[in-house]
Amino acid sequence: MEMPRPNPGVMSDKARIIAGLRAILPDDAVISDPLETRAYECDGLAAYRCTPLAVVLPRSTDEVAGVMRLCHAMGVPVVPRGSGTSLAGGAMPTADCVVLGVGRMTAVLETDYANRLVRVQSGRTNLSVTGAVEADGWFYAPDPSSQLACAIAGNIAMNSGGAHCLKYGVTTNNLLGVTVVLMDGRVITLGGGHLDAPGLDLLGIICGSEGQLGVVTEATLRILPKPEGARPILLGFAANEVAGACVADIIKAGILPVAIEFMDRPCIRVCEEYAKAGYPDCEALLIVEVEGAPGEIDEQLSRIKAIAARHDPVEMRESQSAEEAGRIWLGRKSAFSAIGRVADYMCLDGTIPVNELPFVLRRIAELSDEYGLRVANVFHAGDGNMHPLIMFDANTPGDLEKCEALGAEILKLCVAVGGCLTGEHGVGIEKRDLMGVQFAAADMEAQMRVKDVFDPKWLLNPAKVFPLAVTASRRAG
Amino acid sequence: MQAKDEAEIADIVRSAKGPLSIVGGGTRRAAASGEHLCTSGLTGISVYEPGALTLVVRAGTPVAEIEGVLAAERQRLAFEVPDMRGLMGRAGASTIGGVVAVNASGPRRIQAGACRDSLLGVRFVDGRGEVIKNGGRVMKNVTGYDLVKLMAGSQGTLGVLTEVSFRVQAIPEAEATLVVPVADAAAGVAVLSRALGSPYDVTGAAYDGRALVRIEGMAGSVTYRAQALQALIGGEIVTVAASAALWRAVRDVQPLQGVTGAIWRISVKPTDGPVVLATLGAVPHLLDWGGGLLWVALPDDRAAALALRDTVNRLGGHATRLRGIAGVPDVHPEAAPVAALTQALRHQFDPKGLFNPGQLATA
Ligand SMILES: Cc1cc2nc3c(=O)[nH]c(=O)nc-3n(C[C@H](O)[C@H](O)[C@H](O)COP(=O)(O)OP(=O)(O)OC[C@H]3O[C@@H](n4cnc5c(N)ncnc54)[C@H](O)[C@@H]3O)c2cc1C
Repeated sequence: MEMPRPNPGVMSDKARIIAGLRAILPDDAVISDPLETRAYECDGLAAYRCTPLAVVLPRSTDEVAGVMRLCHAMGVPVVPRGSGTSLAGGAMPTADCVVLGVGRMTAVLETDYANRLVRVQSGRTNLSVTGAVEADGWFYAPDPSSQLACAIAGNIAMNSGGAHCLKYGVTTNNLLGVTVVLMDGRVITLGGGHLDAPGLDLLGIICGSEGQLGVVTEATLRILPKPEGARPILLGFAANEVAGACVADIIKAGILPVAIEFMDRPCIRVCEEYAKAGYPDCEALLIVEVEGAPGEIDEQLSRIKAIAARHDPVEMRESQSAEEAGRIWLGRKSAFSAIGRVADYMCLDGTIPVNELPFVLRRIAELSDEYGLRVANVFHAGDGNMHPLIMFDANTPGDLEKCEALGAEILKLCVAVGGCLTGEHGVGIEKRDLMGVQFAAADMEAQMRVKDVFDPKWLLNPAKVFPLAVTASRRAG
Repeated sequence: MQAKDEAEIADIVRSAKGPLSIVGGGTRRAAASGEHLCTSGLTGISVYEPGALTLVVRAGTPVAEIEGVLAAERQRLAFEVPDMRGLMGRAGASTIGGVVAVNASGPRRIQAGACRDSLLGVRFVDGRGEVIKNGGRVMKNVTGYDLVKLMAGSQGTLGVLTEVSFRVQAIPEAEATLVVPVADAAAGVAVLSRALGSPYDVTGAAYDGRALVRIEGMAGSVTYRAQALQALIGGEIVTVAASAALWRAVRDVQPLQGVTGAIWRISVKPTDGPVVLATLGAVPHLLDWGGGLLWVALPDDRAAALALRDTVNRLGGHATRLRGIAGVPDVHPEAAPVAALTQALRHQFDPKGLFNPGQLATA
C-alpha cells in the first residue's frame, strides 16, 4: 500500500512538536516512546502498519482544540482515532502524524427521555451508549457487529451500519448533533435536540467524512424505546436465485423485518463445521427477524412463511424459545470467526441493488474459480450490503496480492450493476485507489472541495479516501 | 429559461453572465433576483424497482405523478411530502427537485426521517457547469463524502439538481390515530412524549389543540397498538379516512391557512415547542414532530421577529420565515464559524455566485 512520503520538516521537528503537546496536555496524555506508539500502528486492517510520530489521548474538547491549534501551526498531520476497529485502514497512521485518540472521552453528558436523546463524548463505545439507557427501556439503534469495541466517533466518521439498519437506518439517520474541532482549532456545534439544519446540512456532510473534516468530540444521538420482543425464522432454499426472489417478495409485500441476513453454501458449510448450529445443508439460507408484541410477531411471521412457501423452501425453522432463537443466530453470528479458523480472510463490503443478487452471486462464484480462492458470502440481504469473505493464506507468497486483486474485481462488479464500493466500512486506504471506478474526476473534485473548506492545508487524515495521485497537489499545500 | 435536459442546464450555467433563479414547480417563494431557470422540462422516472424499494427520477417530475406511480405498487415516499400551496397561497405543482432542495418533510419525519434520510443519490450541475453525481440507488453507501445530504435542503445554492433517487416505503395496510383532549400545548407535548417513549412505533405526533398520535402497520398490529396506546394516554381511536384527513391537515399546516401576518416554521427540541409558544401569546399555531416543529403566524414586524429569534437562540434550534417581509433574513442566522463554512462551501460549488443569490442569506 503506497503512503505519502513523510514530511521531512515535521520528522526533524519531532522534539519541538512533542514538547508543544506536553505543554498543552497532562503528562499521561502524550505518548511518544516508539515502543508505546506501536500500539497505534494499525487498525482493523492489520495488514498495513506504520508507527506515528506521537499519540495524544485528550479528555476534553478544549484539550482537543489545543492539540489541533498546535498541529495546525506546526504543519503536522493529524489522524483521528476512536477504537481502531476500522476495516478500511481509516485510522492507520503516517510516520509524520499525531494520532489523536478520543478513547478517554467516554462520558454520558445528558440523558433526556422526553426528547428521546443522549449526548455523549465521542469516545464512548457504541454498546455502552445503549448500556447507559437500557435499564430504562431504551436503546441506540445502529449496531455494527463491532459494537462492543467501536466508538461513536468512528461510527460517525464511517457512517456505520449494522444488522438492524434495514428498519432503523444507519448512523447518519440517528445522529442529531455534534461538537467538532476543526483543523485550525475552531470549535463548532451542529444540530442538537432539534431536527434538520436551517441552511446547509453540515452535520450530514461531517457524518461519513472519515475523519477528514474535523475531530468529533461530542455527539447527540437519537434513542428509541425498546421493542416488546423479537423473533427470527430460518429459511433454507435450493438456489441463491430463489432466496433472492424470496427477499424481494417479502419487501414488496410491505413487511419490514428488522433484519434479513443471507448466507450462501460456502459460508453455511464453514459455519456448520465450526459452530454446529444445525443449519440445513442447502444452497442459500435466510435469517429473517421481526419485532413487536407476541401477536404482532405471529402476524408478520405467518405472512413471511406464506411468501416463503411459494419458493419451495427446503427448510422453514421457527423458534419457540429464546434458546431456539439463539441457535438460529448462532451460525450467522460466528460466521467471521468460523472462517477465520479455516483461513485468513478479507472482508469486502460492496452494496448492490437487491434485484441483482442472483447475478452477482453467480459472477462471484466464477471469479472465485478463476482466481482459485474460496469466497463465502454472508450479508445484509434486505439492503443489498454484501460481505464476500475471500479466504487466502497469508503465509503463501503472492496470496494476499491475489486476494486483493479478486476483491477489486468483485467491487468493480458491485459498481457495474448499479451499486457501490462500500456500504458501511468506508474507503480509508483500502479502497482509495478504486474510487475512480465509481466516480468521475469531477465527482471526486466536488468532494475534495468540501475538504478544502474545512481543512485548507489538508492536514487531517490526508492520505485516505481519494487516490494519492488525485490529492497530491492539495497535500503538497 | 426552460431546459429540457441536463446537458442544456450545463450549457446555460456555463454561459450565464448573471444570477440564475432556479424554479421547480414554483410553489414556494423563489429567489428574488436572477433570470429564471426552470427545471420542469426534466421529467420522467428512470428506474423504479418495487422489490428493491428504489426510485430514480428526474428532478422536474411533479410529485403528484411520482406518488401516483408509487401508489400503483402500494408504495410511497416515506417522508410525507407537505403540500404548501394552501399555506403559501400559491398555485402550481411541486416538483421532486424542489422538494429535495428544501428538504421538505411531513409528520412522519419523527419516525421515518426527513427527505434527506430517504434520499439515496443526486445528480446536479454545479456553478462551473459541471455535472456531479453522488450517492447512488442503493440503501447503504458510504463511498466518499455524503454530498447527498449537503444537497438536500441547500435551496438551490450549490447546484441545479437534475436527478434524484430515493428509498421508498410500502403503504401499510392500516392506520389509526388517537385523539386525546388536553388542557394546553405543554400538556399535549407531555402526552406525545409519553407515546413516543412507548414501544408502539408512533409515526405521527402532533398538537392542534388536541394531542394526535398515529400508528401504522398490519391490521392486527394496529388494533393491538391502538388499544395499548389508549391504555397509556387515553383518548379516542380514529381510523381509515378520518385518520388520514387529520394528518393531511397537520402535514399541510391547515390551521394556519388563510391567516394574516408572517408565517414561521420553528424547529426546536420537542419539549421546547410549548416553551417558545408561551412567549408568543395567543397566536395561530400548530405543533408537529412531537412538539419539535412549531408553526405560528405572527405580526409581520421586526420586533416580533427578533424576539422570536432570541428565544430560539437561547433554547437551541432555528426559526425560518416562510411568509413576511419585515427587516430580518428569512433563514435563521447561524453562529459565525458555521456561517463562514456555509459561505465558503457556496463559493466552492458556485464560484461565480450564480445560484439563488438571495437564498440562505443570513445578513
Ligand atoms: C469484527 C468487526 C466487525 C465489524 N462490523 C461492522 C458492522 O457490522 N458495520 C459497520 O459499519 N462496521 C463494522 N466494522 C468496522 C468498524 O468497526 C467501524 O467502521 C467502526 O465505526 C469504527 O469505529 P472505531 O471507533 O473503531 O474507529 P477507528 O477505527 O478508530 O476509526 C475509523 C475512522 O474514524 C475516524 N475517526 C475516529 N475518531 C474520530 C473523531 N473523533 N473525529 C473524526 N474522525 C474520527 C478515523 O480517522 C478513521 O477514519 C467491523 C469491524 C470489525 C473489526
